[in-house]
Amino acid sequence: SIILKVMSSKSGLLRSNSLGYTSLLTFVILALAWFVGFASRLFAIVRFESIIHEFDPWFNYRATAHMVEHGYYNFLNWFDERAWYPLGRIVGGTVYPGLMVTSGLIHHVLDLLNFPVHIRDICVFLAPTFSGLTAIATYFLTKELWSAGAGLFAACFIAISPGYTSRSVAGSYDNEGIAIFALQATYFLWVKSVKTGSVMWAALCGLMYFYMVSAWGGYVFIINLIPLHVLVLICIGRFSSRVYTAYSSFYVLGTILSMQIPFVGFQPVRTSEHMPALGVFGLVQIVAAMQYARTRVTRAQFLTLFIGGLSVALGVGLVGYLALVWGGYVAPFSGRFYSLWDTGYAKIHIPIIASVSEHQPTTWVSFFFDLHITAAVFPAGLWFCVKNVNDERVFIILYAVSAVYFAGVMVRLMLTLTPVVCVLAGIAFSLTFEKFLKSDEHFRGSSAGTDNKQYDKLKKQKGSEGADQTSSSPDGAPVSEDPIGPNVRSIVSFVMSILLLMFVVHATYVTSNAYSHPSVVLQSSTSNGGRVIMDDFREAYHWLRENTPDDARIMSWWDYGYQIAGMANRTTLVDNNTWNNSHIALVGKAMSSNESAAYEIMRELDVDYVLVIFGGVIGYSGDDINKFLWMVRIAEGEHPKEIREANYFTEGGEYSVGAQASQTMLNCLMYKMSYYRFGETRVGYNQAAGFDRTRNYVIGKKDITLEHVEEAYTTENWLVRIYRVKKPANRNGVKYTERKIRPTGGHKSSSTVGRSGRKGSLKNKAVVIKGKRPVTA
Amino acid sequence: FSSEMQLVQVLQKLFDDYVKTTSSKLKIIDAYMFYILLTGIVQFVYCVLVGTFPFNAFLAGFISTVASFILASCLRMQVNEENKDEFNGISPERAFADFLFAHAVLHLVVVNFLG
Repeated sequence: SIILKVMSSKSGLLRSNSLGYTSLLTFVILALAWFVGFASRLFAIVRFESIIHEFDPWFNYRATAHMVEHGYYNFLNWFDERAWYPLGRIVGGTVYPGLMVTSGLIHHVLDLLNFPVHIRDICVFLAPTFSGLTAIATYFLTKELWSAGAGLFAACFIAISPGYTSRSVAGSYDNEGIAIFALQATYFLWVKSVKTGSVMWAALCGLMYFYMVSAWGGYVFIINLIPLHVLVLICIGRFSSRVYTAYSSFYVLGTILSMQIPFVGFQPVRTSEHMPALGVFGLVQIVAAMQYARTRVTRAQFLTLFIGGLSVALGVGLVGYLALVWGGYVAPFSGRFYSLWDTGYAKIHIPIIASVSEHQPTTWVSFFFDLHITAAVFPAGLWFCVKNVNDERVFIILYAVSAVYFAGVMVRLMLTLTPVVCVLAGIAFSLTFEKFLKSDEHFRGSSAGTDNKQYDKLKKQKGSEGADQTSSSPDGAPVSEDPIGPNVRSIVSFVMSILLLMFVVHATYVTSNAYSHPSVVLQSSTSNGGRVIMDDFREAYHWLRENTPDDARIMSWWDYGYQIAGMANRTTLVDNNTWNNSHIALVGKAMSSNESAAYEIMRELDVDYVLVIFGGVIGYSGDDINKFLWMVRIAEGEHPKEIREANYFTEGGEYSVGAQASQTMLNCLMYKMSYYRFGETRVGYNQAAGFDRTRNYVIGKKDITLEHVEEAYTTENWLVRIYRVKKPANRNGVKYTERKIRPTGGHKSSSTVGRSGRKGSLKNKAVVIKGKRPVTA
Repeated sequence: FSSEMQLVQVLQKLFDDYVKTTSSKLKIIDAYMFYILLTGIVQFVYCVLVGTFPFNAFLAGFISTVASFILASCLRMQVNEENKDEFNGISPERAFADFLFAHAVLHLVVVNFLG
């Protein structure tokens, strides 16, 4: 667009040529951004293999495989009896189908073209592909907000920004991979509909919002941000017929579209999270009616109407909402979203939400690590938007402020901050480069008026062209007396380019080192730099798959449920969906109790195998002993009489599995299963037996005997340990202390010669009289 | 008492003004909107009397009337000559085409939701 303005003063032929050049440049830059974004997410594939990472993606992959095999309707109606035994899970109604449908559709289209690609490869490479589309959507959004140049900057930023790549590397087959694309596209269509006031753009925005609702639970952010935008526009006096048209059409179409997803169901009219949108919808109708009345009645009458009507409407609305919540028709804010406002709520009331590592508050380091220079530059972009405000820039300001708040509450929400930071940083860089790269002579004779159309239309029009022969800065500020010297210009351009290069280096480094771990496969290096791969997880799951009966039930902590279901194809008790806290508490209680009590629970739940993760041999710090306190806390939440967290600490109050550990800790099932046979093992030549590499001390109890479980399999590096639950004995043994007949102590004669040593007679024969207790002679 | 009288007076004045100043093109759209409003009220009263089962059918029908009303009011706004400078580049024909597109989307979704 800069080149266009410069060249437009020349002949018409050159003008059409330059339009062609601009389009070509735009296309090439966006294609390169797509390619770079795709390529920088492939580190894990190059180093390991094309495999699904982490935990949640395994469920998504299993669901997609099920859909490809059994068809779309069977997927929507799927009841999974191999998860949450014995409860089962209604998958069709508890999953966001957008991700699976997208992969399935791509698979179907490629199949139709006789180009068969395995569904696993499609799932692995879906997120990098959509990162390119996100870059393009960001380009269009920023172009609507500012200019095409800023759009190109923003597209390039978001293609490689670590905050986004963290959740969309190849192999991370999760909702966020496509949700961020849907988010940016919805926002672009919303900004377009506010700008034009056309119902078509609003309907398209509604359709893209439907895709977003099908993709991710974070759609609640959109359906609260857009009404907030409209409300702020009303409050600052920027309400117009365009805003009315855009919001009303978007709201009605978007609401009924969002209710088509089974998981969302009737929530848009029944939960508090969706009420602000409905409230603003009503408010917009009232304000539009007021605008209509204002031109037709006198001021005094209008004021009566306005104040009376508005206060009545607000009163009725508030009372109505409170009555509905009290009556139970409208649900109050759910715990997940309430904990975003009251950050201490989850730790006390919902320990499962508090225990997830992604839900912890964000540190300052994360902001810099994930955003680098864009975090420092985006406030400048925000300031430029505030200075040159118009309807759509109010939107991006609100998005930035709310995203910064939420990103500070939870590490996971850094992902929603990244798009707006890229957009605003793009604006700041574009404006700076525009100011410092353009030289003065090209401004002479060109119409300064065209510059102003991009910015706030309320600004005063520039004076006649003859008056400003010197450089006019693009935002229409008063002309500076002396133009910017070439030295300053080159220094600034050089420094900004260096900053951009540093960003690229940092982003690639972070993506390569921090975010490309499959977490299914562990890697370390030997002392001479060679690579050691530890594939214990897959070894254990493969053992389960090959050596256990098909209907075997595996008990493990909920972290590994999806992986067991996906790789081992066995029934699990609890998994990452965590929808039933009581069931998880039962498993936690089994892990924290002593062996007999745990055996009772396991018999009740028909458990065949138990799986624990143990990192003591290699020093893996994400094992079950480190997570054990959360198991205790969750179990205590449901069974406070039997499990008390304080019993598992040492005398001094600290958590230890060493010599000072409490008896409850040393006798619980988790301890026994983790450290069975470990007391005799040495992890290194100069270490004592039973030295735990993760905890860095020798364990407390070394001679462990198991009564009700037996060891089935331990992987090469002792990472995964599988135990078989023994069936009850055929004959109920009676404990020695409870026996009625006991042998007399110690009398053991090897000779048959004795007082009653005649052959064939019993010594100490009991005289039995029916009905009386036997008496030994 | 006086504020009530004022309100009634204001509404009366509004109505007279409306009859005088609106063109017949807009009056047709207004009549259509009034009809939609009546169907919406009938559905809502029926739901209150008979109960909400099946809820999805009620929502489909009710949202269909609400959305038709809203889309008609958007069309009316875009076709009104007084708003010409606000809706830059949207001719009445384009406004009607958008109206048809939005209605196509709406009715497809309503039919799917009726169940």
